[in-house]
Amino acid sequence: MGIDRRGFLKVLGGGVAGAALGNLLTPGRLRASVTSHPTEFVGVLVDTTRCVGCRSCEAACAEANHLPVPDISDTSVFEKERKTTVSQWTVVNRYETEKGEVFVKRQCMHCNQPGCVAACLVKAMEKRKEGPVTWDTNCMGCRYCMPSCPFEIPKFEYHSAAPRIQKCSLCWERLQKGEKPACVENCPEEALLFGPRRKLIEEANSRIYKNPGRYVTQIYGEHEVGGTGYLYLSKVPFEQIGFRTDLGTTPYPEYTKGFLYSVPLVLLLWPAFLIGVNALTKREDERRGGR
Amino acid sequence: MKELGETGEIKSLKDFWVFIRNELKPKGKILTTFNVISFPIILLGAVLVVIRLAKGLGSVTNLSQEFPWGIWIGFDVMVGVAFAGGAYILTFVVYILRSEKYHPIVRATVLNGFLAYVFYAGAIFLDLGRWWNIINPIIGNKFGVNSVLFLVSWHFLLYMISLFLEFSPAVAEWLGLRRVRKILASLTVGAVIFGIALSTLHQSGLGALFLMAKDKIHPLWYTEFIPVLFFVSSIFAGLSMVIFEGTISHKVFARQIDPEHHESFDHILIGLGKGCAGALFVYFFMKILILIHGKQWSLLGTPMGTWYLVELIGLVLLPCVLFLHGVRYQNLTVIRMAAILSMLGIIINRLNYSVIAYKWYVPLSQRYFPSWMEIVITLSIIFAEVWVFRWVVNRMPVLRESPEWATEEKTVRESMTMRKEVPRWKVSAM
Repeated sequence: MGIDRRGFLKVLGGGVAGAALGNLLTPGRLRASVTSHPTEFVGVLVDTTRCVGCRSCEAACAEANHLPVPDISDTSVFEKERKTTVSQWTVVNRYETEKGEVFVKRQCMHCNQPGCVAACLVKAMEKRKEGPVTWDTNCMGCRYCMPSCPFEIPKFEYHSAAPRIQKCSLCWERLQKGEKPACVENCPEEALLFGPRRKLIEEANSRIYKNPGRYVTQIYGEHEVGGTGYLYLSKVPFEQIGFRTDLGTTPYPEYTKGFLYSVPLVLLLWPAFLIGVNALTKREDERRGGR
Repeated sequence: MKELGETGEIKSLKDFWVFIRNELKPKGKILTTFNVISFPIILLGAVLVVIRLAKGLGSVTNLSQEFPWGIWIGFDVMVGVAFAGGAYILTFVVYILRSEKYHPIVRATVLNGFLAYVFYAGAIFLDLGRWWNIINPIIGNKFGVNSVLFLVSWHFLLYMISLFLEFSPAVAEWLGLRRVRKILASLTVGAVIFGIALSTLHQSGLGALFLMAKDKIHPLWYTEFIPVLFFVSSIFAGLSMVIFEGTISHKVFARQIDPEHHESFDHILIGLGKGCAGALFVYFFMKILILIHGKQWSLLGTPMGTWYLVELIGLVLLPCVLFLHGVRYQNLTVIRMAAILSMLGIIINRLNYSVIAYKWYVPLSQRYFPSWMEIVITLSIIFAEVWVFRWVVNRMPVLRESPEWATEEKTVRESMTMRKEVPRWKVSAM
């Protein structure tokens, strides 16, 4: 009667090994919440009321990142809304609004808790402690970062045998040398302001308070998807100038957190349960005269 | 159909190579309809794979920045893995619940599951832009432990190993390796338990991949319960595939199956149908609960709402009812029809998440449609899997009985044969 010891140990061994391995392999520790890091994130404040659509930032970006430099005197590009591409990491769009023309520079938002970084299974996408979100060559090219980005920024080189994910890195190389991002440095209208994110929010708020009527009382990026490195001021509601205002304030990694937390639990409890059922059915079998 | 084990003629490595060489030769007719259709497609697929590797994904696929995942992910991987779910459910029923009734089909199902993982999850390899980095999450360059895909990739790997272990006694029987067979067979229950835990997590993990696409997936499909839905649907997807594959196998490989099993197969199908009906009902109930709690009623009137109802009523509720009907009146034709419907439902469901209800707001002209080359490569993968499946079934004891020496051992160890005739209450527990 009962389970013979060898069989029991065998099954138990399998289960314990499974559980131990599971613990080792599962993302128990979610480290996507990097907000409490002692180094402050830097970012850029974009004041769309100041932007004149000269596209100097586009040219500067291309030069700094060794991309094909666009002809910025060509204004026909404003005829339709553009998105960033593999060879254009920032683009300026023109919007006709109730308060006239508005130009908006778009690029990677450098989220505080980026979906793309949480998506990456090899940490090729990385949130640097200084704030920029960068890409590295250990990438597998699975493109999971693309559906996980609320702003659809990562762009993939489909026509290359060794494709890369291309996007704004907040001029990570220049930042390490103590320089500002190329776009900020080359903006003739001071529409772009570089600095610690906290100070940018202070500056943005003070511009809103000091200039009543000039801005809508919202800083896009202050709370969106948990806060972004790029922050925007506007004179018209943001949905009129190409921004999604339905993204919510929850950081994107939060959406998978519940699932990931359940993983070690399932890997521990499920095998234990199965071993139990297996043992019970075995006893049942034997009672029925199997052995 | 001579087993090596009976004659036991492998004595040296040379014998082994001679044996393998002989086994590699085709058995049976070469010019069958299936071969005539599938061979050119596989050849064409191979050429396209070379082009894809040389010139990048854009040269053969219609993928875009807007739609980064096409049918290689949405169909090959997502649907392929769901259909392979039969393996973990049947091993659960046979090895954990010890239901002898389903024992005759467990090997074919495990083999099918293993090959599905190798081929369809292998399709990931083609879809990866930087495929040479595929080992990075395994070797730790670097461990992206926060990623759902990290979990899925590890689980794919470990589960393939589990499935191979579960199937390996058949390989040992084919090679006539008695001692090895004994060791491998003793690992089966452990592999099954580990495999079930892994399956639970990566079946649901495939759904969890879409959790961060919250703003891109139509609200009727997006829910925080996507992982649970994917898991539950993998149950009836897997069982429906077993019905489908079993029905075909029993026609094609009829010679290999002993008459006793032929008879019991009808009862097996009815049991599987019962399981499908149950899982489909639970799934339908969950979908309704989510719909009610999501307060998305108003969206049902939109075109996407109609599409949602087609899936929910036509491809979930209808097969559920058909399964119930088939089980009630012991009608195998209805059960087979229901299996095909519910498989279609899974295909539509997985494609909804990755392609159709994904960015539903993008106008039709800019939407993703698979290129003919993507379809040819997908067909090549399916045909190649069927070829390997057929090769193995024709050589190893998958559908036919194990060699006598192996069954003798089994008898001693688990007293299997004694219980064969005993009617069992548990079979209805599915």
